[in-house]
Amino acid sequence: MTAEKMTMAQAINAALRDAIAEDDSVVVFGEDVAQLGGVFRVTDGLHREFGESRVFDTPLAESGIVGMAVGMAMNGMRPVVEMQFDAFAYPAFEQIVSHVAKLGNRTRGKVRLPIVIRVPYAGGIGGVEHHCDSSEAYYAHTPGLTVVAPATNADAYGLLRAAIAGSDPVVFLEPKKHYFAREEVDVAVPVPPIGRAVVRRPGKDATLIAYGPSVPVALAAAEQAATEGRDLGVVDLRSIVPFDDETVCAEVRRTGRAVVIAEAPGFASVASEIAARVGERCFHHLEAPVRRVTGFDVPYPAPKLEHHFLPGVDRVLDAVDTLQWEDAA
Amino acid sequence: MSAGQLKAAITPARLLDENGRLVRGASKPDAEALLEGYRKLVFARRLNEQCGALVRQGRLAVYPSSRGQEACQVACASVLSDDDWLFPTYRDTAAIAARGVDPVEVLTLLRGDWHCGYDPNEHKVAPQATPLATQLLHAVGVAHAARLKGEDTVVMALCGDGATSEGDFHEACNFAAVFNAPVVFFVQNNKYAISVPLARQSVAPSLAAKAIGYGMPGFRVDGNDLPVLEKVLGEAVARARAGEGPTLVEADTYRVESHTNADDATRYRADDEVAEWLPRDPLLRVRTYLTSVGALDDAREQEIAAAAEEMAAAVRAGVGAETVVDPEEIFAHVYSTPTPQLAEQRAALRAELDAEEA
Ligand SMILES: Cc1ncc(C[n+]2csc(CCOP(=O)(O)OP(=O)(O)O)c2C)c(N)n1
Ligand SMILES: [Mg+2]
Repeated sequence: MTAEKMTMAQAINAALRDAIAEDDSVVVFGEDVAQLGGVFRVTDGLHREFGESRVFDTPLAESGIVGMAVGMAMNGMRPVVEMQFDAFAYPAFEQIVSHVAKLGNRTRGKVRLPIVIRVPYAGGIGGVEHHCDSSEAYYAHTPGLTVVAPATNADAYGLLRAAIAGSDPVVFLEPKKHYFAREEVDVAVPVPPIGRAVVRRPGKDATLIAYGPSVPVALAAAEQAATEGRDLGVVDLRSIVPFDDETVCAEVRRTGRAVVIAEAPGFASVASEIAARVGERCFHHLEAPVRRVTGFDVPYPAPKLEHHFLPGVDRVLDAVDTLQWEDAA
Repeated sequence: MSAGQLKAAITPARLLDENGRLVRGASKPDAEALLEGYRKLVFARRLNEQCGALVRQGRLAVYPSSRGQEACQVACASVLSDDDWLFPTYRDTAAIAARGVDPVEVLTLLRGDWHCGYDPNEHKVAPQATPLATQLLHAVGVAHAARLKGEDTVVMALCGDGATSEGDFHEACNFAAVFNAPVVFFVQNNKYAISVPLARQSVAPSLAAKAIGYGMPGFRVDGNDLPVLEKVLGEAVARARAGEGPTLVEADTYRVESHTNADDATRYRADDEVAEWLPRDPLLRVRTYLTSVGALDDAREQEIAAAAEEMAAAVRAGVGAETVVDPEEIFAHVYSTPTPQLAEQRAALRAELDAEEA
């Protein structure tokens, strides 16, 4: 029996450990990842187990971390770097957008960069400013980046293994609110492919589409809707780029109604992209316009105000209520 | 670059030693001024302790303490005049308070009410910066603008040892030097960036020595020695005001507590190391000196302690008071004129809140 209860932090830790053990080219570095084991303890014990050449602390500079990862990847290694928090990845933006994302294309595929940039992201933890950003749209908007956002601990393990083993750079968004929730993880199941969504809950009345920290919100909303006689399905995207049109559209075509849920501000967001794609592809199956339930278009609020910002079950159910049910009756 | 300048950038200058004795050749500090400095040190220490307690009571979300760094906190504020600017970090609550901002306003950030609780323009104190080293460039901008406007403002820009590894630190130093901007970069080298020790940030002979490469003077000082900090920072401010450009001052100090209450420093440093720094306490040596010259007696000490206690009580009361945070305010300041979309979203939130109340 290989299944074990573990937190998401432990699942990611296990993925890193197994990847380092299996592949000599995997190196893990960043701020506070070695001796401390990361501020969220995600890299706990790895430095002790594998030593300084495989797991190391860098000087405090995100641009330096990602830029050095580019060079190491050019020289045959598989760097897995940690940005300490979402907003602290921004000093690395130049390296990510101009180099990590583009080098493969610039060199006609001669140079590939198997880099994983791990980013603890999103809110709901009462963090002060700059600790709760949902920054996925910046990355998803940048051609060349694969953007993955696990919602379950099993996916955190499997998708990180897939990300490290792949040949393209991956921005790996870890919903920090869920770092310490315990779930069953079986590390022996085959590694899932990146780019496939999964139906977490089948439903016939409407489809909730979510990723990362919004998946548990979607599931809770579906649970509550069931008690009110409405059968909502939940699709967990897992990967934002590549986007799984097939799974998403198959579900929406069955139900004819869709609500997209995401924490990031809604304007020009990943949620908007999803709504547009579903609208284009499922138009003739839709009973109502696709709704988005997202954060407001404001900077992430201070801890005492964040609950007003975060899309919660009530807002999701309110959106579901507007999906023109009267026409169906 | 003379040998003397190189030495000043590498060997920490000192006026008051760990035993509270003036070092050889040091001129006697003005006792009244030092007593005032001592009062501020006691306040800063008391504020650190009070904030620690408020975190434990759940009144503050988090507190990065400057315990052990109080001399730095006090000195960087006391060398400025009212029209000068201070650019602090998350760790510099006590420095902002020493500048005269009500600590309760400063703690708005850490109690989770809003991102910045004081008016930067009123106090000439920038919002506390969390993204490391980014504020240093803003400091250069304020300083350069002041020069363009013909004002004699000086800007004190704070950061930690870890932040000196960020690109923005380098850019700020270089810009300030090239524009001859009236900035004092004050690096509190407390030996750690969370868990990462100084040796992993830099193998330069000192952080102040980096100034040489930018073409500005650099000074390393004992960061637990209030008189030397006030002297060196004061001279740097005077040079900047006189049009002689920026200075980089590095304080050799120590972060006595964990990075924040959420951190556990025992994971990465030995208790022995902390114990070694405790006798170098910045309050202790000033107290010993003042007592030895007869400027501080028990009555005076008690009076200072009582005043600090009063401040702490006001902080407790202020932070403990229930604040009313207005949910709609999250829309209020994003643009000077809200976009139509924000107006719509604000109305939607209002409707939700009304429905909850009904
Ligand atoms: C750009 C950026 N990266 C990472 C962080 C996370 N972080 C907060 S404080 C800190 C350590 C800073 O150390 P130092 O500059 O020495 O200041 P100290 O905390 O010791 O006062 C880190 C890594 C941040 N705030 N900003
Ligand atoms: Mg430090």
